[in-house]
Amino acid sequence: MSDILETSHAIGVDSPHAIGVEAIDIGKRFGAFHALSGVSMKVRPGTVHGLLGENGAGKSTLVKCLLGYYRADEGSFLVDNHEATIERPADADALGLGMVYQHFTLVPSMTVAENLVMSRRDVPAAIDWRSELNHLADFMRSMPFKVPLHAEAGSLAAGERQKTEIVKQLYLKRRFLVLDEPTSVLTPAEADEMLGLVQELAHSGQVSIVIITHKLKEVAKFVDEVTVLRRGRFAGAGAVRDLGPADLTAMMIGEPHTPAKPERVGNATSDIRLSLNGLRTAEDNGRAGLSIDTLTVRAHEIVGIAGVSGNGQKDLVEVLGGQRPIAAGTMEVDGASYDASRAASQAHGVRVLPEEPLRNGCVPTMTVADNLALRSFDRDGTGKPISWLDRSGMAARATQMIAAFGVRAPSAQVPIGVLSGGNVQRCVLARELDGDVRLLIVANPCFGLDVKAVAETRARIVAARNAGTAVLLISEDLDEILELSDRIVVMHGGHVAAELPAEGADPQEIGRHMLGHA
Amino acid sequence: MIDSLATVAFSMLAGSLRVSTPFLFVSLGECLTEKSGRINLGNEGALVLGAMVAYATSYETGNPWLGVFAAALAGLCLGALHGAICSLARVNDVAMGIAFMLAGTGIAFFFGKPYVQPSAPLLPGISFGFWSDSAQVKNALLVSPLFLLGIAAALAMHWCFKSTRAGLRIRIVGDSQDAALALGLPIDRTRFLATAAGSALAGIGGAFLSLYYPGSWNEGLSSGQGLMAVALVVFARWNPINCLYASLLFGAAGALGPSLQTVGVTWGYYLFYATPYVVTLAVLIVTARGGTSLRGMPGQLSIGR
Repeated sequence: MSDILETSHAIGVDSPHAIGVEAIDIGKRFGAFHALSGVSMKVRPGTVHGLLGENGAGKSTLVKCLLGYYRADEGSFLVDNHEATIERPADADALGLGMVYQHFTLVPSMTVAENLVMSRRDVPAAIDWRSELNHLADFMRSMPFKVPLHAEAGSLAAGERQKTEIVKQLYLKRRFLVLDEPTSVLTPAEADEMLGLVQELAHSGQVSIVIITHKLKEVAKFVDEVTVLRRGRFAGAGAVRDLGPADLTAMMIGEPHTPAKPERVGNATSDIRLSLNGLRTAEDNGRAGLSIDTLTVRAHEIVGIAGVSGNGQKDLVEVLGGQRPIAAGTMEVDGASYDASRAASQAHGVRVLPEEPLRNGCVPTMTVADNLALRSFDRDGTGKPISWLDRSGMAARATQMIAAFGVRAPSAQVPIGVLSGGNVQRCVLARELDGDVRLLIVANPCFGLDVKAVAETRARIVAARNAGTAVLLISEDLDEILELSDRIVVMHGGHVAAELPAEGADPQEIGRHMLGHA
Repeated sequence: MIDSLATVAFSMLAGSLRVSTPFLFVSLGECLTEKSGRINLGNEGALVLGAMVAYATSYETGNPWLGVFAAALAGLCLGALHGAICSLARVNDVAMGIAFMLAGTGIAFFFGKPYVQPSAPLLPGISFGFWSDSAQVKNALLVSPLFLLGIAAALAMHWCFKSTRAGLRIRIVGDSQDAALALGLPIDRTRFLATAAGSALAGIGGAFLSLYYPGSWNEGLSSGQGLMAVALVVFARWNPINCLYASLLFGAAGALGPSLQTVGVTWGYYLFYATPYVVTLAVLIVTARGGTSLRGMPGQLSIGR
């Protein structure tokens, strides 16, 4: 450890601006729940520091304490080697500590310039836009990356928004910056570019950076030192070049572990399950609608749709799930016209696992058992319509599904809205995989799940494929697409930009298609 | 034929100058409140209460301008109460707005009974028709000072939303709660102030009704103009300058019936009287086309979330 100390210090020597931060024995309770106990982290000035851990490990809680959103119950913070009292966000602000959130905090309807100026503490009562814009243009010239000042923040692509957030922090003269999962919405090329620039910024001594992440590839490439948390406790720390991926994973989940790649059985048949032709949707709020000429999914096949968030994938899921009307074109399932109505989806065995399943696939105030029966409550065992609900049958099936999918719920009779995100996900997956599923549409199935739940969900999707289901997988996580798909379709601007076999696919090439470059 | 068309067009223009002011004030007030992320349907109540208070104050003091001031104050109090109650957790602003609409009109009717008969001093008009000999033109270009005040308010509000700290803060609070929290802005206080100020504007709109045109106090004075102004804000895409244009359009639509009467079209008077309401419906249908979201709508409005 001692030589790390020296190297890192050497980096910090010619960095008059960046400040170091140290968290010592931080503890935080929410009621009886110990979110953090005795956690320490030392970030040296002018370094990129990785804060690692699984979901629920306490990473967010720790940085929220540091930034004044929560008050730590125990422990203390040293900022620039002085003990600091941080009780409000304004305190962190005054010390030059800032954070870029995973959920962006730009105001969508305001321009980048308006967002930047309004983020300042000393905004004048009346704003002289001419001088502010001149000043901003000067400032932008000194930045490593450019963002369009006059564009509305809501119209920026995710990568540009991320850059704007970072530029905003530098505009505010932050000297210590936390980035919360900064690459989760970026393409591989964008992510590499952004992290490279962030690393340069840190090593040039302008700012110290903490990156919250669980992508080990990024850690190996761009991070100097790490702190690992596990279940609210300190699990390890060190310089990245001394630690391999296996060590980091071991620290994160307690034992060396590599997720087993689900085994694929059987090849795609010629049996076309889903076929879209000339599909168009109306433009929405200035964003172009869908324009898909052909897209097919066959039995025994997973087709992965890759794309940067906001390029029509969400619209496609909404169209197939019956949430968005089409303007032109045809949808066919098993050769028959499909209008995404309840009757059609029941007749053809079409199931959808939408993103944000609690919002898009559940009635939050109804019970777990009722939600599990949403697909089938009005049919009897043979598929005939019934008008008198079979309550005991519903409860029995719910109990079965809860056991089969390992849902952790106090009982089947609590509102589904009280369950955690992972358990809601399991419930909806259980419901959508129940019975004869001929076509399964899944959107970002592993968003916000922990490592174990991710492996489990992916295994179930592959199992459905192996059993002959046609699967359309829409995901913003390119690694997930590469791992699960038989065939990859890239979407850009509502179009199909490319289609290629998953076997031997090159992530860089896919990334170029995602940006519309190739 | 062409002559009568010109007459109709002219009297619609005149009518629009005459009756658009309450639409303008209420829609500006509603625009301010909605920009902060809250809906106040109670502005209809503020309008009626403002009309009554203005008339009563003018009658008791003999000064119509004191009446206007009192109307703004009455609106302010009603809006402040709405804003304060909606700051509590789990209070729905739409439901609360309907309650305030009924409460405002109820209070106005209760205390306004004695003022239906007596006649109070009204606001003077400003004549822009001095260049013409025609009595009709002179009459048409007699403009209320409140109308000019309304135009000034629209311009000022537009500038505020673009170039002042306060205006941009209201937009942030209305558009993104996350951003407002991250910037440490006082969300509830901003909405409270925007609701109170918006209702004060609606109150001034009411003063116009009772102190300028039609210029009397009775229970059928507003006939839902305050509610229509809410639709008008949607139509105006939450832009104060557009609120001005939209108010003029609604005013002109309202003047269609009386204008047709001046050229001898006597049938369907009540039908034409309904034009503004038909325009309201048409606007809501056109702007609420399925599958698309409204452009310019503040992100935190409870009807849009």
